[in-house]
Amino acid sequence: MPALCRDCLTRFDSGPRCPACRSPRVLAHPELDALSIAHVDCDAFYAAVEKRDDPALRDRAVIVGGGHRGVVSTCCYIARIRGVRSAMPMFTALKLCPDAVVIKPRGDRYAEVSRLIRAKMDALTPAVEPLSLDEAFLDLTGTERLHGAPPAVLLARLIRDIEAEIGVTASVGLSHNKFLAKIASDLDKPRGFSVIGRAETAAFLSGKPVGLIWGVGAAMQAELETAGIARIDDLLRWDRKELGARFGSMGDRLWHLAHGEDNRRVSAHDPVKSISNETTFDADIAARDRLEGHLWRLAEKVADRAKARDLAGRTVTLKLRRQDFTLLTRRQSLREPTQMADRLWQAGQALLAQVAEPGPFRLIGIGLSDLAPATVADRTADLLDPGAALRAEAERATDRIRARFGPDAIVKGRSLR
Amino acid sequence: MKISIERAALLKAVGQAQSVVERRNTIPILANVLIEAEGDQVSFRATDLDIEVVDRAPAMVERAGATTVSAVTLHEIVRKLPDGALVQLADDGVAGRLSVQAGRSHFSLATLPKEDFPVMASSEYTANFTAPAQVLRRLFDKSKFAISTEETRYYLNGVYMHVAEGEDGAVLRCVATDGHRLARIDADLPEGAQGMPGVIVPRKTVGELRKLLDEDDTAIAVSVSETKVRFATPAITLTSKVIDGTFPDYSRVIPTGNTRRLEVDAQDFAKAVDRVATVSSERSRAVKLQLDEDRLVLSVNAPDAGAAEEELAVAYGDERLEIGFNAKYLLEIASQVDRENAVFLFNSAGDPTLMREGDDTSAVYVVMPMRV
Repeated sequence: MPALCRDCLTRFDSGPRCPACRSPRVLAHPELDALSIAHVDCDAFYAAVEKRDDPALRDRAVIVGGGHRGVVSTCCYIARIRGVRSAMPMFTALKLCPDAVVIKPRGDRYAEVSRLIRAKMDALTPAVEPLSLDEAFLDLTGTERLHGAPPAVLLARLIRDIEAEIGVTASVGLSHNKFLAKIASDLDKPRGFSVIGRAETAAFLSGKPVGLIWGVGAAMQAELETAGIARIDDLLRWDRKELGARFGSMGDRLWHLAHGEDNRRVSAHDPVKSISNETTFDADIAARDRLEGHLWRLAEKVADRAKARDLAGRTVTLKLRRQDFTLLTRRQSLREPTQMADRLWQAGQALLAQVAEPGPFRLIGIGLSDLAPATVADRTADLLDPGAALRAEAERATDRIRARFGPDAIVKGRSLR
Repeated sequence: MKISIERAALLKAVGQAQSVVERRNTIPILANVLIEAEGDQVSFRATDLDIEVVDRAPAMVERAGATTVSAVTLHEIVRKLPDGALVQLADDGVAGRLSVQAGRSHFSLATLPKEDFPVMASSEYTANFTAPAQVLRRLFDKSKFAISTEETRYYLNGVYMHVAEGEDGAVLRCVATDGHRLARIDADLPEGAQGMPGVIVPRKTVGELRKLLDEDDTAIAVSVSETKVRFATPAITLTSKVIDGTFPDYSRVIPTGNTRRLEVDAQDFAKAVDRVATVSSERSRAVKLQLDEDRLVLSVNAPDAGAAEEELAVAYGDERLEIGFNAKYLLEIASQVDRENAVFLFNSAGDPTLMREGDDTSAVYVVMPMRV
């Protein structure tokens, strides 16, 4: 069976230790040289970046998350041992791990480190599909002759280099499609390297809960449960057509995934589907004028991003998170796509006005979806709102001023509320 | 209750009931139609709590009484029965069931107690008048296309029926707008309508009302209060809540100073617009109008799909103008024209355009241009 030393990258025919460097970090798999779809996932990325930047944190529990309240965004493995998990409310996390160092997320810094990692990935293949700052799919099919080594070796080298040169660790899942690669990367975290071959796919999936499938959340799980589907094996008993009839396009996808099939491509240029922005308050807010102030700032940010990408959206979604963490969303379709902060705000404000719940809320967000090119945006003025044309002109002028003198050079009074 | 009724009469009455009931409701009785038999007629009542319709039909009533059954199921059954069948409805068999018998077909439907059926509170109507069906039909048919679907501007989700000052005195006027286009339709003020409060008749009510207006000469009794409106024929009574909101002051958005006048055969125009719009792949298809001395060139240029152009001979004597519109809006307003030529009055490429039929100002449409 082909084997690979993850430390010195020596290839040999299986054995418990590397014949060259005696390292026990040996990866052996019958299909090692035949698989080329990988999922690379950094281990506790935000926390790892913090530890990298401040070596004093190395042996301490580190939690990255929003201020005194808010939730755990990432926590290091020391904190995980104590039971802290991401998305956990901060007060719960601190109860479990009172000596943890809590760090406010530094998004820009993480993006910077992410770019360094991304550059290393891009050097291997053009087919890199980032899912977030800290994880990406890589399709290394057909790169063996270019790099003179099979994908498994390239990936082991990539991880080794990321660790040595950038100072964060990552785990790799290698398989024959995205679905299995994603599952594999999670099997052996941290610093893991897992392989799921074609031959073992069915055996691997057997007995696993349906929740393992990417995209099957709590709601979908409950729905599947009512159909008597709890494990992936249960899906195998269903006819493809029946699954499709009951669960729509998701049913068809589930059927394929349950059979270990996933023909989605690793695509570097996945089109943007929505643009949104949200903010969690320092203290819950009920006052509508303050919510509107936040809404305006967010609408402006969303509009800025839409304008930067030459996009516009037809659907406006308002998002509010209640004190008990449940989500309230309201959406409205516009008659034509927009990229103007003013229209976005008008729609968001109208949606907010129709929310009967008094609050208070802990988060507000606004998003633009059902995207279209900017050329078809904002082409018809509103008869009943003759001021809109003037406001649009003012917004364009404001944009030019902000482009020249910085984003805070000119702001609306309502953004100061 | 035990009655016999002719299928056609039953189908018509139940048909109206089933279109009023809310299909996605959580209150079971709202899916039902209340059937009441008395004397020599039977009435069918359905409601979604905003609209209530009562349809009366002659029937042989063997035993008076009342019950409620699923409007949709009963309608489906009656629809599938052969033409000319005599249908018997009786609730004397199994308790909680209505038996439906026609020829050799027999059905047994679950009922809910008639006492649970919600009855719409009566209203003090402040104005009562009668108008021929064809007058109301024109008012609503020509305005309803412009009703907005935007829920955030709920006060535009209907037709604003009110008394207004027309060129030759008071008129009964219907206005609808969604902010991109507007329709303003006038009719002679019927006796008794003076002092009527202006009401916004919801979209669904307008749709239901239309079914009362098929026969030209039927006299429709209209009653209006601040909160409700009622339309009645001898056989059908439609009562509806009106939208609780203020309709915007539409008069200031109807342009009065547009001087560039285009006269064109509405049908030729609509067909040409439809043809050139074919090449556009966008959801809202923009058509460009280029006007020059008695010549109109319609064009669409969709960079990734193709281009189209068509020339029409028209009457136009003003200076050159290029203006864009949403093809759908042009088609909709052009289709309102049924007798004379369509007259468009333009100002500039950025200002609202006015359209009317010949020089008739009793039906006026406004459409916002589109940047092309």
